[in-house]
Amino acid sequence: MKAWKLPLRNLARKPGRTAALIALTAFLALSMFAGSVVALSLRRGMSSLENRLGADVIVVPVSAKSKVNLDEILLQGATGYFYMDAELLPQLAKESGVAQLSPQLFLASLRASCCSVAVQVIGIDQDTDFTVQPWISRSYAQRLGEMDVAVGSKISADVGENIILYETRCHVVARLETTGTAMDTCVYCSMETLRALLEAARGLNHDLKISGDPEEVVSAVYLKVQEGMDPQKVADSINLQRKFKKVQAVRTKSMFTGIADSLSGVSRTIGLLVVAVWALAVVLLLIAFLLSANERKREFAVLRLLGTSRRMLAGLMWRETALCSLMGGVLGVALAALILFPFAGLIEHSLGLPYLMPAAPTMALLAAASLAAAVLVGSLASAWATHRLSRVDPGTILREGN
Amino acid sequence: MNLRAEGVSKSYFRKTGEANFFVAVQRTDLTLEGGQVTVLMGRSGSGKTTLLHMLAGLLQPSEGKVFLENTDLYALEDQALSRLRNEKISVIPQSRSAIETLSVRENILLPATLYGHISGETERQAQAWMDRLGILPLADSRPRELSGGELRRMAIARALVSRPAVILADEPTGDLDDENTILVLDVLRESARAGAAVLLVTHENDALKYADVACRMDQGILRIC
Ligand SMILES: Nc1ncnc2c1ncn2[C@@H]1O[C@H](COP(=O)(O)OP(=O)(O)OP(=O)(O)O)[C@@H](O)[C@H]1O
Ligand SMILES: [Mg+2]
Repeated sequence: MKAWKLPLRNLARKPGRTAALIALTAFLALSMFAGSVVALSLRRGMSSLENRLGADVIVVPVSAKSKVNLDEILLQGATGYFYMDAELLPQLAKESGVAQLSPQLFLASLRASCCSVAVQVIGIDQDTDFTVQPWISRSYAQRLGEMDVAVGSKISADVGENIILYETRCHVVARLETTGTAMDTCVYCSMETLRALLEAARGLNHDLKISGDPEEVVSAVYLKVQEGMDPQKVADSINLQRKFKKVQAVRTKSMFTGIADSLSGVSRTIGLLVVAVWALAVVLLLIAFLLSANERKREFAVLRLLGTSRRMLAGLMWRETALCSLMGGVLGVALAALILFPFAGLIEHSLGLPYLMPAAPTMALLAAASLAAAVLVGSLASAWATHRLSRVDPGTILREGN
Repeated sequence: MNLRAEGVSKSYFRKTGEANFFVAVQRTDLTLEGGQVTVLMGRSGSGKTTLLHMLAGLLQPSEGKVFLENTDLYALEDQALSRLRNEKISVIPQSRSAIETLSVRENILLPATLYGHISGETERQAQAWMDRLGILPLADSRPRELSGGELRRMAIARALVSRPAVILADEPTGDLDDENTILVLDVLRESARAGAAVLLVTHENDALKYADVACRMDQGILRIC
């Protein structure tokens, strides 16, 4: 036998002790990895939502509130539509404080024979758009042509396939990157394509409740305010004017507050949970080491008697625990991965919040950090217990309990 | 080689009568000569084990020094002292001293294992000592399967494998029958004849026959007889 095999032998011959140590450190690594991945996914989901919405103020018809809320469409994945007069656009552009604006036109497809999927269809004005275009351009560098659509990542249609909306064939030219938000369930097309779809829907006798000329409507106007302007002031000023009485301006920030509130609630809960689990596990770990160190007091004294130096003893003990906590850490991270990856959809659904998992390198980093933390905590606990014992003269311990 | 204690004493903090500390071993000089068996007898609690541990570098004396030839044991760093003990000083402790997770053979080879001194020769030595001490059939057993006397002989074999310069035996015949007692005493005397300095702490009066030097410990005071 070689000296380095001693720790292995101890682990193998004390399976109960070994299993308990592995389970404890697995617990540590699992809670840390799962907690940080979920927390990070939520934060990424939120910032992705902010980026994708990208506007400071959104103007929608007053009636939108009573029918389908804009935030339900944009944040919760509801489908719906509402329309207002496009004549408002030049007037809004003249408002003080408005730097940029772009209209969008909505249509909801149906789960019926006319359509292959029930989705929210959003027409964007490709000349002025500043919110969706940057996102689309990452998967599709050209302009969306006639009857071209770009689909969110949760829509089951591949590039090159066609989807049928109101008996109209649309060509999927791009699949968009996942945002972790309700936008992943939307279909995007040009303004012209959407107007053609509106016509088709009306041709199929769907009452879209459009008052006026369908060629002259929009659903929402996205505004970016000038640098230094308060979006709330711009929104308030629009809401106060008689000429805008049929529309309402909403600050996007205020749409987020609900989400931001529950996000910080969930984050705090996760944080507390992880801290509680850690505190518990660290205390258990220290108790376990104290107990096993007491039980092994004699063993240590005998090793010292046979010529093991304090440093060698600490090394032997460290290898034993490091090995245990490494196994525990790997087990914990693997278990966490088994929960996090297959059930990502379920987690997202039950949290009801934008949820965007980090990319593989970040995941690997988090896994490595959790593993390192488990090994570190295990090592510190063992070093502490060994140090406590090796301060006593082996002679004193050997005499005890003769 | 000889092992020398110069003016060593050991006191413990303990309430005894009016004093606040208790002197387990009074200032003592003792030299264990290579090639000789020194027998140390004395009543229970007289300080024999305490002195032996101080000689072994396992217990820091309250005063005085211990020398192996010219090396002051307690002036050494822990690492140097540990290595020196591993290579030169074997202790047969009074109490159980087996590592439970190792087999009897592995326990006996453990001192050599620690510093990577294992060779075919050490393995043959271990085999020979187990055979001589009658525990060869138990070589692959675990310590908890052994009787007190068998464990004692295991500790003796473990002490002898490295051919140490000093052997400190604390009641090595404590739980042995007469036949094995004689065997162990014989073995220790042979080791002395081969050059080792042997200290034999015992209650066995027969042991005096094996003594080159005999001493008595009485309430912490050592007397050479
Ligand atoms: N750590 C300690 N704290 C307090 N007193 C101690 C300590 N170690 C030893 N003693 C005391 O020192 C005295 C000598 O103990 P020691 O073990 O050396 O006796 P001994 O001669 O080996 O006895 P025995 O023959 O029973 O083994 C005893 O009275 C013991 O109570
Ligand atoms: Mg004793």
